[in-house]
Amino acid sequence: MNDHLPPRTFFLLTTVGFCAFFAVWALAAASGLVPQLFLPSPLAVAHTFGELTQRPFVGYTLQQHLASSFGRFGMGFGLAVAVGVPLGLAMGWFRWLDHIVTPLFDALRFVAPIAWVPFAALWFGTGIGGPVLVIFTGAFPPCVINTYRGARYVEQRYIEAARTLGAGSWLVITEVLLPASLPSVVAGLRISAGLGWQSLIGAELIVASSGIGYLMVKGQSNISTAIVMSGMIAIGIVGFAIDILLRALERYFQRR
Amino acid sequence: MASGFGGDSRNGARSRTAVGVATFSALAALWYWATVATQAISPAFFPNPAEVFSAARQISIDGYADSKLLGHFLHSCKLVLFGFAAAVAIGVPLGMLMGWSRRAEALLNPTFLLLRPIPPLAWIPLAIVWLGLGDAAKVLVIWFAAFVPAVINSYAGVRSIEPYLIEAARTLGVPRGMLVREVLVPGALPLIFTGLRLSLQACWTTLVAGELIGAIAGLGHVLYQAGLDLYPAMIVVGMASVAVAGVLMTWALEWLEAYSMPWRSA
Repeated sequence: MNDHLPPRTFFLLTTVGFCAFFAVWALAAASGLVPQLFLPSPLAVAHTFGELTQRPFVGYTLQQHLASSFGRFGMGFGLAVAVGVPLGLAMGWFRWLDHIVTPLFDALRFVAPIAWVPFAALWFGTGIGGPVLVIFTGAFPPCVINTYRGARYVEQRYIEAARTLGAGSWLVITEVLLPASLPSVVAGLRISAGLGWQSLIGAELIVASSGIGYLMVKGQSNISTAIVMSGMIAIGIVGFAIDILLRALERYFQRR
Repeated sequence: MASGFGGDSRNGARSRTAVGVATFSALAALWYWATVATQAISPAFFPNPAEVFSAARQISIDGYADSKLLGHFLHSCKLVLFGFAAAVAIGVPLGMLMGWSRRAEALLNPTFLLLRPIPPLAWIPLAIVWLGLGDAAKVLVIWFAAFVPAVINSYAGVRSIEPYLIEAARTLGVPRGMLVREVLVPGALPLIFTGLRLSLQACWTTLVAGELIGAIAGLGHVLYQAGLDLYPAMIVVGMASVAVAGVLMTWALEWLEAYSMPWRSA
């Protein structure tokens, strides 16, 4: 393995790497090999991005699209946490529940969240309910699995101590299992938020009438590459922000 | 009810199977009861067993959405394999290079930092603008879905190798090609396969989404057509096919993993 680079070389190479990415993109766009229509320059995309925040496209500005996406995400993710974490805790404590739920989970695991889209549209429509169901199916499994693992691997003596002091199932779950499995739960939340955000984009690409995915589909059918790329940038930024937020939460709980 | 204490005994494993079988039987009974016996759930929302059976017959014998089930199935598998193989062929060497050389890492990492937060699904509209609704666009998106995990895990795999192994090989004067073949690849393989397993799942999700958005064949296209036709039984058949295809591919990868790392399973 090579030794660590001196900080200056590292900084220099990283800067070169960043510049190279944009330079290759700008050169490819400027060379005329690819039509502007299909590969706008970085500046043109930045310009479109700015314009989308000012002027509405397909009914809303970029911020409004993002807000409606984020609302759906919040509902689907919140539902997944509200159902998944208690279920995972209960599965970690009640063996019979574990025996019942685990095979179902294994059977459903291989159905990609996106494959729920047709049923989501059929059952709940394309406004809010449908996309929320798709986000839920994406975000739910990591919530349950991580909480379950956290609860299963709590040190036995904590549980035994609580039992010896006369704690019932409810007290053991809320006072021992939940606090002890929190780091694992939060790690699960991070995975589940990532999957949920990704499922949301999928759902909005297929069935929705607002939101960031919808903006991209409309950009696609207008063959406006700059709009599509602006959407990708916005999705990347929000996804990144969600991840940083949950990572900070994770660190906070691990330190305690 | 017993709870929380002790590990699974042999007895526990048996009762586990029993409860599992009972659960699925109860679900099947519930399905029959809700859709056939009482018709509590309207057939427009969820199909009854007979409808699902006839939909499965229809698609496997007469075909649905322009092809038979096997045709759709093979079409989807082919696209996933193409995109996946291309991503592995480029991503694994690139990741290993980044793990090996700090210079390459510093130079290439910014591009990954910029591209990584964009989920594979978000590439679909761009791929359609660039390449249209055909197979090429799907392969491109699947490539994106598999590429990033392949690079990251190969990178981590090389970094996870104990430095003394590399130093020992160097002390013995091992030539470069042999070092890569005998030390770096075997040492990084466990993590590389972890990455491949993750990215294969991402590939399936992405493919189904891509085919739902626009395609002429494939399992996602079956789902799309069934959704348009308001044909719940066919939706169920499509979802089940997606799951079966995912299971088969995961098995194939597990077999490959055991085959290429015989020292691990022993």
